[in-house]
Amino acid sequence: MGERSLAPPIATTTATGPVGAARRPLHNDLLARWGTFGPALLLMLALGVLPLANLVYTSFHTVTWSDGRATFTPAGFTHYLALVDDPLLRAGLKNTVVFAVCAVGGQMLLGFALALLCSRVSRGRVLYRALFILPILIPGIVIGAIWKLMLNYDFGLVNQAIELVGFEPRNWLGDSATALASVIVVDIWHWTPFCFLLLLAGLESLPQDPYEAARIDGATWWQELRYITLPLMAPALLVTFAFRLVIAFKVFDEIYLLTGGGPVTATEVVSFTLYQRFFTEDRAGYGSAMAVAIIFLCSLLLVMALSVRRRSEGPA
Amino acid sequence: MTRLSHRIARHGALIAVGALVLVPVVWVVTAGFRTQISLLTAEFLFTPVLSNFAEVLFSKTSDFLVNYRNSLIVGLSSTALCLTLATLAAWSLHRLRWPRWVVHVFLGWALIFQMLPPVALAGAWYTMARTVGLENSFLGLILAHTVLNLPMALWLMGVFVREVPIELEEAARIDGASTPVLLRHVVLPLAAPGLAACAILTFVFSWNEFAVALSLTMKQTATVPVAIAKFAQDFEIRYTQMAAAAALSILPALVLLLIGQRYIVRGLTQGAVK
Repeated sequence: MGERSLAPPIATTTATGPVGAARRPLHNDLLARWGTFGPALLLMLALGVLPLANLVYTSFHTVTWSDGRATFTPAGFTHYLALVDDPLLRAGLKNTVVFAVCAVGGQMLLGFALALLCSRVSRGRVLYRALFILPILIPGIVIGAIWKLMLNYDFGLVNQAIELVGFEPRNWLGDSATALASVIVVDIWHWTPFCFLLLLAGLESLPQDPYEAARIDGATWWQELRYITLPLMAPALLVTFAFRLVIAFKVFDEIYLLTGGGPVTATEVVSFTLYQRFFTEDRAGYGSAMAVAIIFLCSLLLVMALSVRRRSEGPA
Repeated sequence: MTRLSHRIARHGALIAVGALVLVPVVWVVTAGFRTQISLLTAEFLFTPVLSNFAEVLFSKTSDFLVNYRNSLIVGLSSTALCLTLATLAAWSLHRLRWPRWVVHVFLGWALIFQMLPPVALAGAWYTMARTVGLENSFLGLILAHTVLNLPMALWLMGVFVREVPIELEEAARIDGASTPVLLRHVVLPLAAPGLAACAILTFVFSWNEFAVALSLTMKQTATVPVAIAKFAQDFEIRYTQMAAAAALSILPALVLLLIGQRYIVRGLTQGAVK
């Protein structure tokens, strides 16, 4: 059980058996083993593990830079205690949760609906798929630039369109009532294709027999969806949902360009709070404490996602 | 309803969504060909001009060509490095006799690492790079992008390496192939399609990466996303030039989408659901 939870879900779903080590060994040459695995391990230790240790160390200190040299003054737990009272962080956490839940919820619904539609289309599927992949490949910052233009008050296409049907133009990103919703819509535009792609691949790999049996029994379209597709797709839906949710917590690029966290704190998200505290205000010690706290939260989320996944797979 | 009307309805819905995806992109690309006045007055028909692209690419005040070159350097180098490390490590972990806990701890850690916000790491990387004098250098950013993409590459290559029939590897061993020969002449050719999928995604993600590039680069080493962010932060935003720069920045992705859609789909969906 313990071992299973550590293996990435991606590997366990695809492996032909348990992770390869149990298979017939080809070669047990020490040089071959370390020569192939060593470089990756070294890089991961130097740039993956060491920075975390560095963050933890820094989080207990106050850092001041002078002449390119850092001075570390011990600060104990003061930075961690200060986190609790940080109004920006509180706003960031609240917005991140609202953002992630709404955006990912919307993406899953739309993505699944699209995948269902597309899986029933025989001609042109490749074309649709190519079209829908486009947003995944565009840099987040460019997505921000595109929608900053689209949502512009004076000349944006969105305001042009709603004026055409007789509504008043709105300052979508500058009004705190609509800013967060606008950012959520942009994220849905950005990531729905990703959900679509994963879910379409899932649908394409479903066994056909249950559908044939259902058709012979005269099942309606809705019954097929409710009693065959949904139960069979449950694992794929959960994995996609968890995967997207974790990525949504990292959102930074689009918001950096679209609103910069504003107006006031309407679209402040945790990544952005962290960036401001660490870089803009140059408070490395406090920023590190915040980073450690966020990393802790992310790991917690991951463990939760993995346990949900394991339960959905049943005792097998 | 008849079958035909069902089909028309389905295609209609898909085409509508396709339009929703395409319209913002096309509108911004065309905005790159407008004059500022044409954009502000929102005239529907306009005479396309190339001045924005010329300004972005060749004017003395713009470094966009330099940014483009920087992004290519960082993207290509980190992709090459990442693929090499990931392929070797994935093959090693799945095919050589490592204790199980080594495999599980390393891949498990890679999964956790993948989930961390890059901004959280950027701070530590910045402090480390500044200590060893690697801030504002390509090497620092290349290494950072390599390690950021390593988990994804490890899993993808893990899947593809396992698809190589083990009997072939055993046969090569029996014929006396050394590890490098085995990798070069048996594993690599058979894992090539997977390698292509992995390479495209790694390059695109490096090209797109913003938060770390922002904190580890300065004017001379800034990548394309950093440059585009600068456009939007100028006191007086030059909208049409920002649009032109945005259009130029999605060119590599478009080219890769046209020549390698199959690989992209394979890479993105591989493993998650199969």
